Amino acid sequence: MAKHKTPLLDQLETGPWPSFVTDIKEEAARRAKNEKKVNFQVPADVCDDLLGLLELSYKHGRTHWKHGGIVGVFGYGGGVIGRYCDQPEMFPGVAHFHTMRVAQPGGKFYTTEYLRQLCDLWELRGSGLTNMHGSTGDIIFLGTTTPQLEEIFYVLTHEINQDLGGSGSNLRTPSDCVGQARCEYACYDTQALCYDLTVEYQDELHRPAFPYKFKFKFDGCPNCCVASIARADLSFIGTWRDDIRIDQEAVQGYIGGELPPNAGAHMGRDWGKFDIKKEVLGLCPTQCMWLEGKKLKIDNRECTRCMHCINVMPRALRIGEEKGLSILAGAKAPILDGAQMGTMFVPFIKVEEPYDEIKDVIGKVWDWWMEEGKNRERLGELMKRQGFQKLLEVTGLKPDPRMVKEPRSNPYIFWKEEEVEGGFMRDINAFRKHHMR
Amino acid sequence: MPTVEFGGKTFTVDEDGFIDTFDNWCEEWVQHVKKEEGISELSDEHRKIVNVLQDYYRKNGIAPMVRVLSKVTGYKLKHIYELFPSGPGKGACKMAGLPKPTGCV
Repeated sequence: MAKHKTPLLDQLETGPWPSFVTDIKEEAARRAKNEKKVNFQVPADVCDDLLGLLELSYKHGRTHWKHGGIVGVFGYGGGVIGRYCDQPEMFPGVAHFHTMRVAQPGGKFYTTEYLRQLCDLWELRGSGLTNMHGSTGDIIFLGTTTPQLEEIFYVLTHEINQDLGGSGSNLRTPSDCVGQARCEYACYDTQALCYDLTVEYQDELHRPAFPYKFKFKFDGCPNCCVASIARADLSFIGTWRDDIRIDQEAVQGYIGGELPPNAGAHMGRDWGKFDIKKEVLGLCPTQCMWLEGKKLKIDNRECTRCMHCINVMPRALRIGEEKGLSILAGAKAPILDGAQMGTMFVPFIKVEEPYDEIKDVIGKVWDWWMEEGKNRERLGELMKRQGFQKLLEVTGLKPDPRMVKEPRSNPYIFWKEEEVEGGFMRDINAFRKHHMR
Repeated sequence: MPTVEFGGKTFTVDEDGFIDTFDNWCEEWVQHVKKEEGISELSDEHRKIVNVLQDYYRKNGIAPMVRVLSKVTGYKLKHIYELFPSGPGKGACKMAGLPKPTGCV
């Protein structure tokens, strides 16, 4: 029998999509039964009280969590998001309901053995509820009490060999697309780079030292399956700089209808027979493709590597062999001065262990932002305030047409004094000799 | 709001153990937080950080950024964590009696 009546939430158990209400109710029932005789370290009815509190929020249309919360484990400045309910007497099970961020493996590949270990720990010392995964990538343990934090951290590190993720004004948990693990478009090993940089910058991740948060994301190609261009202060997006590899025989397979376009992604509807001229050549943004007789030709010098033709004919077209990545900087959500996506500032860089070239760029960006960034100013905002030029100066990169979509249209152009013949120190009397007042 | 007693004094605190108002800060509070925050011996370096935080707060009405704290005290962040295991926010600011850090933590 449920502890609280939840008529509004109950409606969310209907419909075909997996219902979070049903799932939480099941966990509540499992904890009430406790067949495994677990010695629960947080209230056994935590899930019931969570549903009760949520039902109340549905009724009021307002949140019932108090403002903020500062908890954590010794040695780290982040990783735990403290949360307290504002109706602790009515819902004592969620009086404390802290979230723990646990670092996730690259591409989120798991073994059941590992997940069972996590679940056993969380069943004993937490609510049994999780978020798989947070938008930044972490495994999220949803709901535990302050005394359990160090206990959980001890087991995570000593028995599961697992660390916490990041929170606060620091490097947040980096995440990646599935990459070369199972995608033929991946231009570099996203998981290897993501893992290496995560390990390299553990200090920056666990102990907030930045003006504000900072995120890395790693996409194997411009399809951006982890959305790095929109959700990371530095986004690493794979690309290549030689020619697209064409298998002319497979091209004929697509034209002849033996191979479905887009690997069959549009088979749910009849779009007619595949028309390479309309669906590939005609849609190429730079119009750099054509058919010569039956042969497909690409003027690779004019290709911007948008991925469209490769996406449509994955069996016939492959990424080039000289691979690397582009680095874009400054993506952020709207607060404070408007949303931004990443701006291209390193058009091409090789990806070779131990990634010194990439780390050099990261180090220089951080040196600048840590010194110049205002309190709670994202990198993208500092770029707006001090100028893109400044980012190039601190990273030692030369301005390049690829870094702008279009040149500026206003004429408010700054010059450095040394660029101007005679400098800026002028005597008005010298001017007056030739121009009377 | 819960209260804690230490050294014959009573403090009103929030769930995270931060003092309700900076005005009620006193030596007993320092001793109380020392115990809570896993600090065995209070050194001059601890005192220096607390003093810098308080001076900055009195002058500016906010806690300093981590970088400013490092610059003024001359202590690297790593050393600050050696002194205050839960860090400058949860550890040092709490001991100095400053308001709880807010935002997207």
